[in-house]
Amino acid sequence: MNGSQFDMAAERPGRPLTGGICQPGFHRRHRMAGMVLLSALLLAGIVAGGILLGDSRVATHLDIRNAAPSLEYPFGTDWLGRDMLARTLKGLTLSLAIGLITATASVGIALVLGLMAATLGKTVDSCISWLIDLFLSLPHLVTIILISFSLGGGVKGVIVGVALTHWPSLARIIRAEILQLRSAEFVLTSRKLGRSRWWVATRHMLPHLVPQLYVGFVLLFPHAILHEAGVTFLGFGLSPQQPAIGIILSEAMRYLSAGIWWLAFFPGLSLLIMVRAFDVLGDNLRRLIDPHSAHE
Amino acid sequence: MQWRNVTVFLAGKCLRMATLLTALCLLSFFLLRLSPIDPVQAYVGADMLQVGPEQRARIAEYWGLDKPPVEQFLHWASAVVRGDFGTSMIFRRPVLSVIGERFGASLFLMGAAWLLSGLVGFTLGVIAGMRRDTWVDRMIKWYCCTLASTPTFWLGLLVLTVFAVWLGWFPVGMGVPAGLLAHEVTLGDRLHHLVLPVLTLSVLGVANVALHTREKLIDVLASDYVLFARARGEAGMTLFWRHGFRNVVLPALTLQFASFSELFGGAVLAEQVFSYPGLGQTIVEAGLRGDVPLLLGVVLFSALFVFSGNLIADLLYRIVDPRIREGAGV
Repeated sequence: MNGSQFDMAAERPGRPLTGGICQPGFHRRHRMAGMVLLSALLLAGIVAGGILLGDSRVATHLDIRNAAPSLEYPFGTDWLGRDMLARTLKGLTLSLAIGLITATASVGIALVLGLMAATLGKTVDSCISWLIDLFLSLPHLVTIILISFSLGGGVKGVIVGVALTHWPSLARIIRAEILQLRSAEFVLTSRKLGRSRWWVATRHMLPHLVPQLYVGFVLLFPHAILHEAGVTFLGFGLSPQQPAIGIILSEAMRYLSAGIWWLAFFPGLSLLIMVRAFDVLGDNLRRLIDPHSAHE
Repeated sequence: MQWRNVTVFLAGKCLRMATLLTALCLLSFFLLRLSPIDPVQAYVGADMLQVGPEQRARIAEYWGLDKPPVEQFLHWASAVVRGDFGTSMIFRRPVLSVIGERFGASLFLMGAAWLLSGLVGFTLGVIAGMRRDTWVDRMIKWYCCTLASTPTFWLGLLVLTVFAVWLGWFPVGMGVPAGLLAHEVTLGDRLHHLVLPVLTLSVLGVANVALHTREKLIDVLASDYVLFARARGEAGMTLFWRHGFRNVVLPALTLQFASFSELFGGAVLAEQVFSYPGLGQTIVEAGLRGDVPLLLGVVLFSALFVFSGNLIADLLYRIVDPRIREGAGV
């Protein structure tokens, strides 16, 4: 804040390069690409671990139960002697899959409803905005519990519940974007030149919507995963036989007072790291691809 | 003139809320009816083997479950309009009294967390905005982004492990000490039990407000009037108090009120971790044990809660912000 007005003026267009890694030959883009690669590797490692690790490590071994973290069992073992690392990796893979499905479904719903609201006239528009208000009027978790309850719990309940709760804010953004695009000069010109609605929609509007959809997806994903884990933790989601992070943590709760802290600590931390890795991946990838920030 | 506008605005909002609530009643009622969980079964529970088919039919008749769904809905809806939400199957008490009691406990928790996270978040946001691009700013930003991907219930478990199990400073869960009669519980006991859940909720609630305030403050600091103020030689806290504070505090306050929905969601998870007897724990119990009347009651109540938060946020803008106030008055 002690900077003079000239510093501020210089800062306006883009953020200055800061930090010590800005030696010649190591640009911001390189660093971003590095982060993307690192996060992608981490996520790939989690999925590979979750799929490749055999069931023998999650089988019951009563002789090594409640083992504290060691070199052989980095995350320790639970009260049945199951390897927590293997359980965590399997749980994370499941979370990742559910997160991808639900976030994609949510973006799809948002796209369709946003499109309908912006193009099908006033009545449809006010109906959809009312629908958006309806879904925003309940806390997400309450809606998911309601939907999950009505579908009898299980994977289906969680997926439908999470997919149906996360679209409203994105639908609003898409609607606003399309309304703005419809009066843009290039769209009007194209219409005047006699292009069909379909041509205008796919050639002129869709390319502008893709970044919005992408950003929407990246923002939705962590929410979707955390809500899935939360609902499962509460007991509405996946069944106890499935290796889900929510299940692991709710089981861990019973062993907390016995001092078995690793049951909760490592799985939760892994979930946090995975969500963060996806965040970093999505954000950096966007900045690398998006022409507005590609010059940085 | 101005107050009339506010009244018109308020009436419009309430009308919209009425349509939303009606739709919500319909939607949630039929959603719950769709459920494969048999309410009679849920009610009978472990006594399954001792209850014969005739008794089941009697129970179904007692709860009105043998009538067609539309008739059931009309029956329930007309009762709700009269202020009767039915009887909770788990607690065997009127739903409204259960909600009232549990909401009282939740209100303490959510209120304290709301206040704390608002104050701390605002301060962090201001610090980050004023010291933009320094290490303090980057630390705060990193902290907030990490918080956004932290599961509430995991943080609760960590806090519980460290402060309750290892250090033993605070009790492991529950709202009041076990084995005490209601009148023996002191205010100190309640506060003692409240500290950890509030800590969990407010640590997480900080992120949103802090990042938002930071963005707003950076916008304000880039404006022409701040440039002019700097040219006159103002700097530091004086600059902030004179030109930044009032511009930044209103959006932060509005955001805090509009975040009631996330606050409620966080409270559900935190109450589950700490076995705190609040509204969040009630909805989980009702859902898991198939207590349809109670579940419906809490769903409607949470909608009202979120609505009042949003309404306050809207009104704040209209009444407190002179620009919008003047604009609406013309």
